[in-house]
Amino acid sequence: MKTRAPTAPTAEGWRELVTPEGVDLRLKVGAYAERFAALLIDFIILLGSLAVFSLLCLLVFAGTKVSWGSEALGVIWLLGLFVGRNFYFVLFEMGPRAATPGKRAMGLRVAAANGGRLTADMVFARNAMREVEVILPLTFFAARGEGVDAALVALGAIWSCVFILFPLFNRDRRRMGDLVAGTLVVKAPKTVLQPDLADTERGLARGFAFTPAQLDAYGIKELHVLEDVIRAADRKAMAAVASRIRSKIAWNGPTDIADRTFLNAYYAALRGRLESRMLFGRRRKDKFDVG
Amino acid sequence: MAELHLKSWRFRAEREADWRRLEALLAKAEAGGASKLRRDELLEMPVLYRQALSSLSVARSISLDQSLTLYLESLCTRAYFIVYGARTRLPERLAQFFARDWPAAVRSLWRETLVSFVLSTVAAVVAYVLVRRDPDWFHSFVEPGLASGRDPTATTASLRDTLYHQGAASDGLSVFATFLFTHNAQIALFAFALGFLLCLPTAALLVMNGGMFGAFLALFVMRGLGVEAGGWLMIHGTTELFAIVLAGAAGFSIGWSVCFPGERTRLDAAAEAGRRAATAMLGVVVMLLVAGLLEGFGRQLIQNDAARYAIATGMLLAWLAYFYWPRKSPA
Repeated sequence: MKTRAPTAPTAEGWRELVTPEGVDLRLKVGAYAERFAALLIDFIILLGSLAVFSLLCLLVFAGTKVSWGSEALGVIWLLGLFVGRNFYFVLFEMGPRAATPGKRAMGLRVAAANGGRLTADMVFARNAMREVEVILPLTFFAARGEGVDAALVALGAIWSCVFILFPLFNRDRRRMGDLVAGTLVVKAPKTVLQPDLADTERGLARGFAFTPAQLDAYGIKELHVLEDVIRAADRKAMAAVASRIRSKIAWNGPTDIADRTFLNAYYAALRGRLESRMLFGRRRKDKFDVG
Repeated sequence: MAELHLKSWRFRAEREADWRRLEALLAKAEAGGASKLRRDELLEMPVLYRQALSSLSVARSISLDQSLTLYLESLCTRAYFIVYGARTRLPERLAQFFARDWPAAVRSLWRETLVSFVLSTVAAVVAYVLVRRDPDWFHSFVEPGLASGRDPTATTASLRDTLYHQGAASDGLSVFATFLFTHNAQIALFAFALGFLLCLPTAALLVMNGGMFGAFLALFVMRGLGVEAGGWLMIHGTTELFAIVLAGAAGFSIGWSVCFPGERTRLDAAAEAGRRAATAMLGVVVMLLVAGLLEGFGRQLIQNDAARYAIATGMLLAWLAYFYWPRKSPA
């Protein structure tokens, strides 16, 4: 019997990565659309820089009036496309960010699937496979033929779709190159530390007093939604949520305070109550959780 | 109430400075690699990283501030990749690759190399015999784009001209040479990358490539240009064909481990073989570059058959010695 490595994902699109210190970092796997967009950006960068380069060369050729200008241009494109598409990805992914500019723009990076370090041969293997996954389908779609050739091209195009669609049909959205190299592409967004909401306008908030019954109206899930609403700072949404909460907890305090102030105060109080109950081992999932 | 603040608020207030410090170090390291950090910063990093990790576990159990846990997760992930990331620098890595990794990878593929060599040779011999018997076979083995006029309809004189470079008569030759290089490199990459489809496409590519070689040779031998053509092909061919054989071997090793993974899961087996084969493939790209240089410059500059053969044999011996010469295994 084969034993599977203990890498069961916690949920769809997430993957656990336990550091040597024993903390699970919970990586989010890059989505198909994001990765496709990253690839498009990279190709645009490649083609764009090639175009700029050949324009410069054209200027030089025109200026010096050499006869082998068009020939040199052909060499530039043939070599440039080949070297570009094979080394651009490898060099960038071997760097400290382990991501091409396209991947960085989409907040992605390459990681070793086993949680270890990403090595040069992994990066090379996953990029050498791109040749069959992207270039082969492209050649099939671009190819034209007649009779038997046309049928063969059509069959080839269908067959190569397997490569394109492959990442859709496995748990970690890995493409063939990722499988062969033992890598995966994960989200690595840079998040900024936002101010703690339980702190702001604390002086004002102190004037509020909520009864335990009023604070028991909601659970953790609602607390997080409330946090999102306050951070988004959309006036209409805040007004709607504030009036919803006021009626739910039968608020009978002062009614002339701003929605934002009220929500902040309620958030701080609710978080305090839920957190102190959590310290005693009672994690209240959401408002229906009344065990 | 003496405690005006939540526990989680105080928890955050006490540690925030350390997190910010780690974030600053990370930004620096990510921008230019770990070498950008000063010595004391380098020593500080793992300490801050462990602090952040422990903050993360504490935050998960005592804080309900969503943005805080998200921030710590992202911070720890970034630090993790830096702390446990690849640390060798490029020059060291390159030296290690040429001194040890590449020959070792090639040696470990010797069985597959033998198989792909035999396949190519058999295909070449078959093509040679077939074309000798009926020149029309030539077109089945060689794509017209690659032949560029060298086919059975050409005159012996024009065939001879293609072997010895005449300055004026070679318009578009450098484009053609570049095209050949990218074509061969692509064949090699395909042979590697398609290997995981149970070896079959790799075998087909090797057979096609060998067949093309045999057909070309047969064409020139029929016109009494065998020796000359041998020199023309082999000056870079020993390097290039060796590279393609190795690429095929790399593909085979992946396909083989997918078919027969042994004790491991198919995925693990493929990943392991893939990494080993990738090292060999990196080397194959280097070999193809060498072959391209030999083809582009060596062949144009050296017009003497004996010299061409000497270089061909020398290159082959050099590669064989480099890969298979017994050496001490690293301690």
